[in-house]
Amino acid sequence: MSATSEPTAKVLRPAAPPRGWSRERVLGWVFVIGWIALGAGLVTYLFSVWNPELFAKYAPSYLSGLRVTLVLVAISIVLGAILSVPICYARMSKNRVLNAISYGYVYFFRGTPLLAQTFLIYYGFGSFRPQLEAVGLWGFFREAWYCAVFAFALNTAAYQAEILRGAIESVGKGQWEAASALGLSKLQTLYKVILPQALIVALRPYGNEIILMIKGSAIVAIITVYDLMGETRRAFSRTFDFQTYLWAALLYLSLVETLRHLVDWIERRITRHLHR
Amino acid sequence: MQSVWALLSFGPDGWGDDIAYGVLVTVSLALVTLPLGLLIGFLVALAKQSSEPAMRLAGNIYTTIFRGLPELLTLFLVFYGAQIGIQQAVRLVRPEAVVEINSFVAGMVALGVVFSSYASEVFLSAFRAIPRGQYEGGFSIGLSPRQTMRLVILPQLVRIALPGLSNLWLILLKDTALVSAVGLTDIVRQSSIAARVTKHAFLFFGVACLIYLALAIISSFGIHAIERWVGKREAQR
Repeated sequence: MSATSEPTAKVLRPAAPPRGWSRERVLGWVFVIGWIALGAGLVTYLFSVWNPELFAKYAPSYLSGLRVTLVLVAISIVLGAILSVPICYARMSKNRVLNAISYGYVYFFRGTPLLAQTFLIYYGFGSFRPQLEAVGLWGFFREAWYCAVFAFALNTAAYQAEILRGAIESVGKGQWEAASALGLSKLQTLYKVILPQALIVALRPYGNEIILMIKGSAIVAIITVYDLMGETRRAFSRTFDFQTYLWAALLYLSLVETLRHLVDWIERRITRHLHR
Repeated sequence: MQSVWALLSFGPDGWGDDIAYGVLVTVSLALVTLPLGLLIGFLVALAKQSSEPAMRLAGNIYTTIFRGLPELLTLFLVFYGAQIGIQQAVRLVRPEAVVEINSFVAGMVALGVVFSSYASEVFLSAFRAIPRGQYEGGFSIGLSPRQTMRLVILPQLVRIALPGLSNLWLILLKDTALVSAVGLTDIVRQSSIAARVTKHAFLFFGVACLIYLALAIISSFGIHAIERWVGKREAQR
């Protein structure tokens, strides 16, 4: 008995088999080196065309464009979140009429391009100028900025309503029943039992929606709002220098990546009780 | 004031034929982009589920870049970047040459690249849903890795990836609207022209939205048919 317990410490795991340079490995390194070369090429290109005059002239406008993009996305996400609550309620209600209206709303805004919706609101509402002037709303729909916020808020409200509905439905029916057995009202159940569980599910889709809005907001440049994309297009049309687009790409990419890692971090943090 | 139907008719002063041409361009662009995006997406997914760290890294860099850039910016990068790049390459040989990039091809490449980076994620999660035993079963009856992939894995992969891919198809259909920004005469472009000429902007952009809705509805019928077909093959084993 005592003899068997001693030598166990000396048993070693067999050495890993040698990793040769298989075709897959060579190909993988070729691709990685290709990316490194591309990155290095980008950096050397940006260095070779470095122009302090150009930078001093356009860097402030890029920053203001970035601010416009962020403000636009923030306002439309918040407005969309507020608007999505009644839509989600209508979508989940048993009332046929409410259900049909909200379904039609969601289907329209998810089924058509954001660009077409923005054009419909910015250019299309101009067709009703006399009527809009009569009710005093023309000042709102004349401005590209307000139209963009309006279109984006309506669009993201449709997506957020679906995210909210999916998250609430992902919480089991037993949770509602248990809460009502404890004597909680519907509203109390929603606030204290359902939403805390649903929002964990909804966090990732919400993060994706914000990222999609940041990327989608580039189209407001077409209706003459000077966001990051708009400033880029203006700079390119004045200088015909391709580096203007590359700087915009770097800015967008770092913005989206920061946000993605932030969402990952928040998710890891709020689901700590679910991990061991 | 012309009537709505006269404006939308297919005659010389109606805009119906122009918009129909735009629909043709939009649909053909989406249909041409789809196989390109699926192919690249599949290859990138293969790279990302490879056992080689270098291969995975290369695939992940691809996805990170093209999922992080706005689609419109990708389109401009391809459109102007390729124009400048090819122009400089051609000027080495013929100094006075002027290169014009076809906006259809630029749109196809840009949308295909964006589509493929999302499709690779769909394929990757489908790959992960297939248990190892399927590969081992394939090898144990003497199939080569290539045969296992084609005969055992792919049929199951398609079935698992189909919902995700049909979602991406609907997104692609909507993203084609962006090519109007580089001058391709798609639905949005044609209705902008019609709106500018006739001053009936709401009518024409409303029609454009309805056409996109109709395309989405038609696609969902098609997707249902494909799902039934794929599902039937599953039941037959």
